[in-house]
Amino acid sequence: MTVSSDAVIELRDATKSYPGGVHALRRVNLTVEEGELLAVVGPSGSGKSTMLNVMGTLDKPTTGTVRVAGYDVSELSDSRLSALRARHIGFVFQHFHLAAGRDAVDNVADGLLYAGVPLKERRTRAREALAKVRLDHRCSHTPNELSGGEKQRVAIARALVGDPRLLLADEPTGALDTASGEIVMELLHELNASGTTICVITHDNEIADSLPRRVRFKDGEIVSDARSGARSASRTEEVGS
Amino acid sequence: MKHDLKPSRLCARDILRVGAVGLRARRARVVLSALGIAIGIATMVAVVGLSESSRADLMAQLDRLGTNLLTAEAGEDPMGQPIKLPKNAVAMVERVGPVQHATATADVDARIRRSDVVPEERTAGVTTQAARIDLLSALGGEVDKGVWLNPVGERLPTTVLGAVAADRLGITRTGETIMMNDTRVVVVGILKPLELVPNLDRVAMVGFPAAERYFGFDGHPTTIFERSTDASVEDVRAVLARTISPGNEAGVKVSRPSDALAAKAATDEGLTTLMLGLGAVALLVGGVGVANTMVISVLERRQEIGLRRSLGATRGAIRLQFLTESLLLSALGGATGALLGAVATYGFAQVQGWMAVVPLWSLAGGLAATLLIGVVAGLYPAIRASRLHPTVALNAT
Repeated sequence: MTVSSDAVIELRDATKSYPGGVHALRRVNLTVEEGELLAVVGPSGSGKSTMLNVMGTLDKPTTGTVRVAGYDVSELSDSRLSALRARHIGFVFQHFHLAAGRDAVDNVADGLLYAGVPLKERRTRAREALAKVRLDHRCSHTPNELSGGEKQRVAIARALVGDPRLLLADEPTGALDTASGEIVMELLHELNASGTTICVITHDNEIADSLPRRVRFKDGEIVSDARSGARSASRTEEVGS
Repeated sequence: MKHDLKPSRLCARDILRVGAVGLRARRARVVLSALGIAIGIATMVAVVGLSESSRADLMAQLDRLGTNLLTAEAGEDPMGQPIKLPKNAVAMVERVGPVQHATATADVDARIRRSDVVPEERTAGVTTQAARIDLLSALGGEVDKGVWLNPVGERLPTTVLGAVAADRLGITRTGETIMMNDTRVVVVGILKPLELVPNLDRVAMVGFPAAERYFGFDGHPTTIFERSTDASVEDVRAVLARTISPGNEAGVKVSRPSDALAAKAATDEGLTTLMLGLGAVALLVGGVGVANTMVISVLERRQEIGLRRSLGATRGAIRLQFLTESLLLSALGGATGALLGAVATYGFAQVQGWMAVVPLWSLAGGLAATLLIGVVAGLYPAIRASRLHPTVALNAT
């Protein structure tokens, strides 16, 4: 039980297999420290979506150990995993998943619903989170009154509102035009600068390259794990391979 | 370093808010599926309300009219011959201890015509009866127009018409004359309908002395009316026939007119049961509608379920959300139905001139049925929703 207390995610020999001999993850080892901003990048079918599910505790590994915020995922019951997600993990999805017909504040406040925060406080904190993503002027707008980029910023605010130890973003710019996508990525950088640990799952090399750490997946295995210091080196390495 | 990961429970207000989310987003469907429940509950509440209102009305009528009136009619002797009650039958009945009041009527053989130009064969469907002047008070009847027979009038060729008789003869005011046999008789009064003895409504009544003098009536009463204390009705009933016609009791038919009204209150029960059954079927169909709506709702909202799971909702929280939604849906229908049923009861009672009675138990029963349906209809969809795997739910299209 040696856990470094500041590791937000720790995968040890994690595999995930599905019936029919599909191995989505093969003995993956990965440690994400507090305050990191990393990309999990790979083509579709590379296992990066499974990584998202496993890191987000939506799915358990078939074998191996996954620790999130210090908790061994395989030891936790479904309801404890739910509580772990409620308190320590924020999700941002490609298609936002906002509730139509409810304004931005209510959508963001739902991020605290299952953490046992009373309604009034949920709304106050939702307004603060919306201010963080610079949408304080859109508080009472419903999703269909917002642009795609604004919707994604509302979704980011919802993921942030509970001050999670880890923010998982699944193709956060996938449904956005380039300009909106840039704003969203800028926002993620800002949030990381103020201390949030962020993991972006993407198939887009350009987006991955803009992040300080890039974990590349192929066929369920990590093929490279490069940090900013060695950015140019890793780039040439990949071009060469 | 680690603190225990205990999932938080939603407070009641949040449970309701979350349960209502799905309803607010699909209003038309909510209205339609709640309508099924509403129809069922409205039917049941209205059926119970109407039957209770009608029963209450009959009971009030019985209270007003009293249940202590007995009648004894002359029937036939074992040989099939009509028997005659003794002339002093009323006096004999009055001597029975608990009897408070006794009076009589008698069939009189006098054919009634509207006027002497109407041929004798064409009678008006109205018969003549001799009546004692205390008859009206004994029956609790009331005069609509004119006066009742008095000690003077009972000796003169004057008559008082029952409500139906006046109608059949076309007489709307007193002072007109009709023909009894060949005697011109003045109508001095018209009665209001007699609720306890409706057959007297079709009769023209003359005094005993007048009947004897003008129509050759022999003075033997045909029907004895008697009122006693409420407690002794059965005792009096047991001795009445023997008192009136000693030795020929079998020929005297004793009955209690209020029994007919009481029977009317009871006969409604069969119909009420049938209608309640129909209401229950409507409610069942409504429940199936709610279940159907909930199943579809769960299918359509898999992404929402996935999102909520990612936000930290436990399986229990998802189950509770859909169960609450189902409960709210059927409660909405139930409340609307109870209101509609009550309004229908009041409206119909108003038209009938009854006092509307909507028993509290029928409302409580409707509510309980509604909640039961909400749980039963919502349980399966809710369990299905809670068993969805978060990743499957999130990736559903």
